[in-house]
Amino acid sequence: MLNDQDFMRYSRHLMLEDIEEAGQQRLKQAKVLIIGLGGLGSVAAHYLAGAGVGKLVLADGDKVDVTNLHRQPLFDSFSIGYNKAEQAKRRLACVNPHIDIEAFERNLDASNLLEQISHCQLVLDCTDNMASRQAINAACYQAGVPLLVGAAIRFEGQFLALNPAQSHGCYRCLYHPEQSPSMNCTNSGVVGPVVGIVGLMQALEAIKYLTGAGSVPFGQLKLFDAKVHQWQSLGLNKDPHCPVCGDQPCN
Amino acid sequence: MQLIINDTPQQFAQGLTVSQLLEALKQPALGVAVAVNAQVVSKSQWSQTRLQEADRITLFKVVAGG
Repeated sequence: MLNDQDFMRYSRHLMLEDIEEAGQQRLKQAKVLIIGLGGLGSVAAHYLAGAGVGKLVLADGDKVDVTNLHRQPLFDSFSIGYNKAEQAKRRLACVNPHIDIEAFERNLDASNLLEQISHCQLVLDCTDNMASRQAINAACYQAGVPLLVGAAIRFEGQFLALNPAQSHGCYRCLYHPEQSPSMNCTNSGVVGPVVGIVGLMQALEAIKYLTGAGSVPFGQLKLFDAKVHQWQSLGLNKDPHCPVCGDQPCN
Repeated sequence: MQLIINDTPQQFAQGLTVSQLLEALKQPALGVAVAVNAQVVSKSQWSQTRLQEADRITLFKVVAGG
Protein backbone atom coordinates (compact mmCIF):
# COMPACT_ATOMS: atom_id res chain seq x y z
CA MET A 1 0.00 0.00 0.00
CA LEU A 2 1.08 3.57 -0.63
CA ASN A 3 1.77 5.59 2.52
CA ASP A 4 1.38 9.35 3.15
CA GLN A 5 4.92 10.08 2.00
CA ASP A 6 4.25 8.18 -1.21
CA PHE A 7 1.11 10.21 -1.93
CA MET A 8 3.17 13.41 -1.68
CA ARG A 9 6.26 12.17 -3.52
CA TYR A 10 4.40 10.56 -6.43
CA SER A 11 1.53 13.06 -6.63
CA ARG A 12 2.37 13.98 -10.25
CA HIS A 13 1.97 10.33 -11.22
CA LEU A 14 -1.14 9.85 -9.13
CA MET A 15 -2.97 12.66 -10.91
CA LEU A 16 -2.52 10.88 -14.25
CA GLU A 17 -5.51 8.71 -15.02
CA ASP A 18 -3.28 6.18 -16.83
CA ILE A 19 -1.21 5.60 -13.68
CA GLU A 20 -3.20 6.57 -10.58
CA GLU A 21 -2.78 4.72 -7.30
CA ALA A 22 -2.93 1.24 -8.84
CA GLY A 23 -0.12 1.99 -11.28
CA GLN A 24 2.05 3.58 -8.61
CA GLN A 25 1.46 0.54 -6.42
CA ARG A 26 2.68 -1.68 -9.28
CA LEU A 27 5.84 0.42 -9.57
CA LYS A 28 6.42 0.05 -5.83
CA GLN A 29 6.13 -3.74 -6.08
CA ALA A 30 8.34 -4.03 -9.16
CA LYS A 31 11.91 -5.29 -9.36
CA VAL A 32 13.93 -4.06 -12.33
CA LEU A 33 17.46 -5.05 -13.36
CA ILE A 34 19.60 -2.40 -15.04
CA ILE A 35 22.71 -3.85 -16.67
CA GLY A 36 25.29 -1.15 -17.35
CA LEU A 37 25.40 2.22 -15.57
CA GLY A 38 26.96 4.28 -18.34
CA GLY A 39 25.24 6.87 -20.53
CA LEU A 40 22.07 4.79 -20.90
CA GLY A 41 21.85 3.20 -17.47
CA SER A 42 22.69 6.24 -15.36
CA VAL A 43 19.86 8.19 -16.99
CA ALA A 44 17.34 5.33 -16.92
CA ALA A 45 18.19 4.43 -13.31
CA HIS A 46 17.76 8.04 -12.16
CA TYR A 47 14.22 8.23 -13.56
CA LEU A 48 13.17 4.77 -12.38
CA ALA A 49 14.42 5.54 -8.87
CA GLY A 50 12.53 8.83 -8.92
CA ALA A 51 9.44 7.09 -10.26
CA GLY A 52 9.37 4.79 -7.23
CA VAL A 53 10.31 1.41 -8.70
CA GLY A 54 10.47 -0.55 -5.44
CA LYS A 55 13.58 -2.61 -6.17
CA LEU A 56 16.38 -1.64 -8.52
CA VAL A 57 19.27 -3.98 -9.18
CA LEU A 58 22.26 -2.19 -10.73
CA ALA A 59 25.14 -4.11 -12.31
CA ASP A 60 28.37 -2.68 -13.69
CA GLY A 61 31.99 -3.67 -13.13
CA ASP A 62 33.43 -0.43 -14.54
CA LYS A 63 34.86 2.52 -12.69
CA VAL A 64 33.87 6.14 -13.37
CA ASP A 65 36.30 7.89 -15.71
CA VAL A 66 36.59 11.61 -16.43
CA THR A 67 35.55 10.92 -20.06
CA ASN A 68 32.17 9.60 -18.79
CA LEU A 69 31.05 12.83 -17.17
CA HIS A 70 29.68 14.53 -20.30
CA ARG A 71 26.91 11.94 -20.55
CA GLN A 72 26.53 10.13 -17.21
CA PRO A 73 24.74 12.57 -14.92
CA LEU A 74 24.68 10.30 -11.86
CA PHE A 75 28.41 10.87 -11.48
CA ASP A 76 30.62 13.86 -10.73
CA SER A 77 34.30 14.63 -10.29
CA PHE A 78 34.28 12.99 -6.86
CA SER A 79 33.05 9.69 -8.39
CA ILE A 80 36.12 9.24 -10.61
CA GLY A 81 37.90 5.97 -9.90
CA TYR A 82 34.98 4.44 -8.00
CA ASN A 83 32.69 1.64 -9.20
CA LYS A 84 29.71 2.86 -11.24
CA ALA A 85 27.08 0.58 -9.65
CA GLU A 86 28.16 1.57 -6.16
CA GLN A 87 28.31 5.28 -7.01
CA ALA A 88 24.92 5.07 -8.71
CA LYS A 89 23.42 3.38 -5.66
CA ARG A 90 24.76 6.12 -3.35
CA ARG A 91 23.37 8.87 -5.57
CA LEU A 92 19.99 7.18 -6.14
CA ALA A 93 19.54 6.59 -2.43
CA CYS A 94 19.55 10.41 -2.11
CA VAL A 95 17.12 10.80 -5.03
CA ASN A 96 14.70 8.35 -3.43
CA PRO A 97 15.44 6.91 0.02
CA HIS A 98 12.21 4.89 0.01
CA ILE A 99 13.29 2.22 -2.51
CA ASP A 100 15.64 -0.78 -2.26
CA ILE A 101 18.76 -0.57 -4.39
CA GLU A 102 21.15 -3.45 -4.85
CA ALA A 103 24.53 -2.83 -6.52
CA PHE A 104 26.60 -5.52 -8.25
CA GLU A 105 30.08 -4.06 -8.48
CA ARG A 106 31.10 -6.48 -11.21
CA ASN A 107 29.78 -7.44 -14.61
CA LEU A 108 27.14 -10.17 -14.57
CA ASP A 109 28.38 -13.29 -16.33
CA ALA A 110 27.11 -16.72 -17.35
CA SER A 111 27.20 -17.88 -13.72
CA ASN A 112 24.70 -15.32 -12.39
CA LEU A 113 23.03 -13.52 -15.32
CA LEU A 114 20.11 -15.93 -15.72
CA GLU A 115 19.50 -16.10 -11.99
CA GLN A 116 19.41 -12.32 -11.59
CA ILE A 117 17.14 -11.91 -14.61
CA SER A 118 14.71 -14.59 -13.49
CA HIS A 119 14.06 -12.68 -10.25
CA CYS A 120 13.07 -9.49 -12.06
CA GLN A 121 9.97 -8.32 -13.91
CA LEU A 122 11.89 -6.29 -16.43
CA VAL A 123 15.47 -5.90 -17.65
CA LEU A 124 17.13 -2.83 -19.17
CA ASP A 125 20.11 -3.59 -21.42
CA CYS A 126 22.29 -0.51 -21.01
CA THR A 127 25.57 -2.22 -21.91
CA ASP A 128 28.13 -1.15 -24.49
CA ASN A 129 29.06 -4.29 -26.41
CA MET A 130 27.55 -6.97 -28.65
CA ALA A 131 28.59 -10.01 -26.58
CA SER A 132 26.81 -8.74 -23.45
CA ARG A 133 23.74 -7.80 -25.47
CA GLN A 134 23.46 -11.27 -27.00
CA ALA A 135 23.91 -12.94 -23.59
CA ILE A 136 21.26 -10.72 -21.95
CA ASN A 137 18.79 -11.37 -24.81
CA ALA A 138 19.28 -15.14 -24.57
CA ALA A 139 18.86 -15.13 -20.78
CA CYS A 140 15.71 -12.96 -20.95
CA TYR A 141 14.16 -15.33 -23.50
CA GLN A 142 15.11 -18.33 -21.38
CA ALA A 143 13.58 -16.73 -18.28
CA GLY A 144 10.61 -15.20 -20.15
CA VAL A 145 11.38 -11.70 -18.87
CA PRO A 146 10.75 -8.60 -21.06
CA LEU A 147 13.80 -6.61 -22.13
CA LEU A 148 14.26 -2.97 -23.10
CA VAL A 149 17.38 -2.54 -25.22
CA GLY A 150 19.02 0.85 -25.74
CA ALA A 151 22.13 1.68 -27.75
CA ALA A 152 23.84 4.83 -28.99
CA ILE A 153 26.94 6.04 -30.75
CA ARG A 154 27.97 9.36 -32.35
CA PHE A 155 24.64 10.98 -33.39
CA GLU A 156 22.67 7.71 -33.63
CA GLY A 157 20.39 6.03 -31.12
CA GLN A 158 18.47 2.74 -31.19
CA PHE A 159 15.72 1.44 -28.93
CA LEU A 160 14.04 -1.98 -29.00
CA ALA A 161 11.45 -3.43 -26.60
CA LEU A 162 11.25 -7.24 -26.52
CA ASN A 163 8.66 -9.47 -24.90
CA PRO A 164 9.41 -13.21 -24.99
CA ALA A 165 5.67 -13.88 -24.60
CA GLN A 166 4.96 -12.22 -27.97
CA SER A 167 5.64 -13.51 -31.47
CA HIS A 168 8.04 -10.81 -32.74
CA GLY A 169 11.75 -11.43 -33.26
CA CYS A 170 14.46 -11.04 -30.61
CA TYR A 171 17.81 -9.23 -30.46
CA ARG A 172 19.50 -12.23 -32.11
CA CYS A 173 17.05 -11.91 -35.03
CA LEU A 174 17.96 -8.22 -35.31
CA TYR A 175 21.71 -8.67 -35.14
CA HIS A 176 23.79 -11.76 -35.71
CA PRO A 177 26.78 -11.66 -33.33
CA GLU A 178 29.13 -11.51 -36.33
CA GLN A 179 27.51 -8.25 -37.52
CA SER A 180 29.17 -6.66 -34.51
CA PRO A 181 30.74 -3.32 -35.36
CA SER A 182 34.19 -2.44 -34.14
CA MET A 183 32.85 1.00 -33.20
CA ASN A 184 32.00 1.97 -29.63
CA CYS A 185 31.73 5.21 -27.68
CA THR A 186 35.39 4.93 -26.65
CA ASN A 187 36.75 4.84 -30.20
CA SER A 188 33.96 6.59 -32.14
CA GLY A 189 32.52 9.13 -29.71
CA VAL A 190 28.94 9.98 -28.79
CA VAL A 191 27.00 13.18 -28.18
CA GLY A 192 25.84 13.15 -24.55
CA PRO A 193 22.15 13.95 -25.11
CA VAL A 194 21.79 11.25 -27.80
CA VAL A 195 22.60 8.45 -25.40
CA GLY A 196 20.57 10.23 -22.71
CA ILE A 197 17.49 10.35 -24.96
CA VAL A 198 17.71 6.59 -25.53
CA GLY A 199 18.15 5.98 -21.78
CA LEU A 200 15.05 8.09 -21.20
CA MET A 201 13.13 5.97 -23.73
CA GLN A 202 14.11 2.89 -21.73
CA ALA A 203 12.89 4.53 -18.51
CA LEU A 204 9.67 5.75 -20.13
CA GLU A 205 8.76 2.36 -21.61
CA ALA A 206 9.68 0.68 -18.30
CA ILE A 207 7.22 2.93 -16.45
CA LYS A 208 4.55 2.27 -19.11
CA TYR A 209 5.11 -1.49 -18.97
CA LEU A 210 5.06 -1.68 -15.18
CA THR A 211 2.05 0.59 -14.66
CA GLY A 212 0.09 -0.65 -17.68
CA ALA A 213 -0.17 2.90 -19.09
CA GLY A 214 -0.40 3.13 -22.87
CA SER A 215 1.25 0.47 -25.01
CA VAL A 216 4.91 -0.54 -25.25
CA PRO A 217 6.16 -0.84 -28.87
CA PHE A 218 7.30 -4.46 -28.51
CA GLY A 219 9.05 -5.83 -31.58
CA GLN A 220 9.66 -2.46 -33.23
CA LEU A 221 13.17 -1.16 -33.68
CA LYS A 222 13.25 2.61 -33.18
CA LEU A 223 16.11 4.38 -34.94
CA PHE A 224 16.98 7.94 -33.90
CA ASP A 225 19.04 10.10 -36.24
CA ALA A 226 19.97 13.09 -34.11
CA LYS A 227 21.59 15.02 -36.97
CA VAL A 228 18.24 15.49 -38.72
CA HIS A 229 16.12 14.89 -35.59
CA GLN A 230 14.17 11.96 -37.04
CA TRP A 231 12.80 8.74 -35.60
CA GLN A 232 12.17 5.73 -37.80
CA SER A 233 10.28 2.57 -36.84
CA LEU A 234 11.07 -0.88 -38.29
CA GLY A 235 9.21 -4.13 -37.65
CA LEU A 236 11.17 -7.13 -36.38
CA ASN A 237 9.91 -10.58 -37.32
CA LYS A 238 11.29 -13.83 -35.97
CA ASP A 239 14.20 -15.27 -37.90
CA PRO A 240 12.97 -18.85 -38.49
CA HIS A 241 16.51 -20.10 -37.82
CA CYS A 242 17.06 -18.05 -34.68
CA PRO A 243 18.86 -20.17 -32.04
CA VAL A 244 17.30 -18.05 -29.27
CA CYS A 245 13.63 -17.55 -30.16
CA GLY A 246 13.20 -19.62 -33.35
CA ASP A 247 10.99 -22.64 -33.82
CA GLN A 248 13.72 -25.04 -32.79
CA PRO A 249 15.74 -23.20 -30.15
CA CYS A 250 19.00 -24.80 -29.11
CA ASN A 251 20.16 -23.02 -25.99
CA MET B 1 14.22 -2.23 -61.44
CA GLN B 2 13.96 0.77 -59.19
CA LEU B 3 14.62 0.49 -55.45
CA ILE B 4 14.38 3.28 -52.91
CA ILE B 5 17.57 3.18 -50.84
CA ASN B 6 17.26 5.34 -47.70
CA ASP B 7 14.78 7.62 -49.52
CA THR B 8 16.86 7.85 -52.72
CA PRO B 9 15.65 5.99 -55.87
CA GLN B 10 18.31 3.92 -57.66
CA GLN B 11 18.26 1.45 -60.58
CA PHE B 12 19.35 -2.18 -60.17
CA ALA B 13 19.18 -5.46 -62.10
CA GLN B 14 15.96 -7.49 -61.76
CA GLY B 15 15.72 -10.18 -59.08
CA LEU B 16 18.55 -8.90 -56.89
CA THR B 17 18.86 -10.44 -53.41
CA VAL B 18 19.62 -8.41 -50.28
CA SER B 19 23.17 -9.86 -50.26
CA GLN B 20 23.70 -8.83 -53.88
CA LEU B 21 22.32 -5.37 -53.17
CA LEU B 22 24.78 -4.84 -50.30
CA GLU B 23 27.59 -5.96 -52.60
CA ALA B 24 26.42 -3.59 -55.35
CA LEU B 25 26.29 -0.75 -52.84
CA LYS B 26 29.82 -1.67 -51.65
CA GLN B 27 28.64 -1.92 -48.05
CA PRO B 28 31.16 -3.15 -45.47
CA ALA B 29 30.80 -6.80 -44.42
CA LEU B 30 30.32 -5.86 -40.76
CA GLY B 31 28.26 -3.30 -38.92
CA VAL B 32 25.38 -2.96 -41.42
CA ALA B 33 21.75 -4.08 -41.09
CA VAL B 34 18.87 -3.98 -43.58
CA ALA B 35 15.13 -3.51 -43.58
CA VAL B 36 12.86 -3.99 -46.62
CA ASN B 37 9.61 -2.06 -46.58
CA ALA B 38 10.15 -1.23 -42.89
CA GLN B 39 10.67 -4.88 -41.85
CA VAL B 40 14.11 -5.94 -40.62
CA VAL B 41 15.65 -8.76 -42.68
CA SER B 42 17.78 -11.05 -40.48
CA LYS B 43 21.28 -11.67 -41.77
CA SER B 44 20.52 -15.38 -42.21
CA GLN B 45 17.84 -14.39 -44.77
CA TRP B 46 19.91 -11.94 -46.84
CA SER B 47 20.94 -14.42 -49.53
CA GLN B 48 17.37 -15.75 -49.96
CA THR B 49 15.45 -12.48 -49.88
CA ARG B 50 14.74 -11.27 -53.42
CA LEU B 51 13.87 -7.64 -53.90
CA GLN B 52 10.92 -6.37 -55.95
CA GLU B 53 10.33 -3.25 -57.99
CA ALA B 54 9.81 -0.16 -55.78
CA ASP B 55 10.90 -1.88 -52.54
CA ARG B 56 11.95 0.61 -49.91
CA ILE B 57 15.32 -0.36 -48.45
CA THR B 58 16.57 0.99 -45.13
CA LEU B 59 20.28 0.54 -44.54
CA PHE B 60 21.25 1.23 -40.95
CA LYS B 61 24.22 0.70 -38.70
CA VAL B 62 24.55 -1.93 -36.03
CA VAL B 63 24.87 0.13 -32.84
CA ALA B 64 25.95 -1.62 -29.66
CA GLY B 65 27.45 1.27 -27.67
CA GLY B 66 26.01 2.93 -24.61
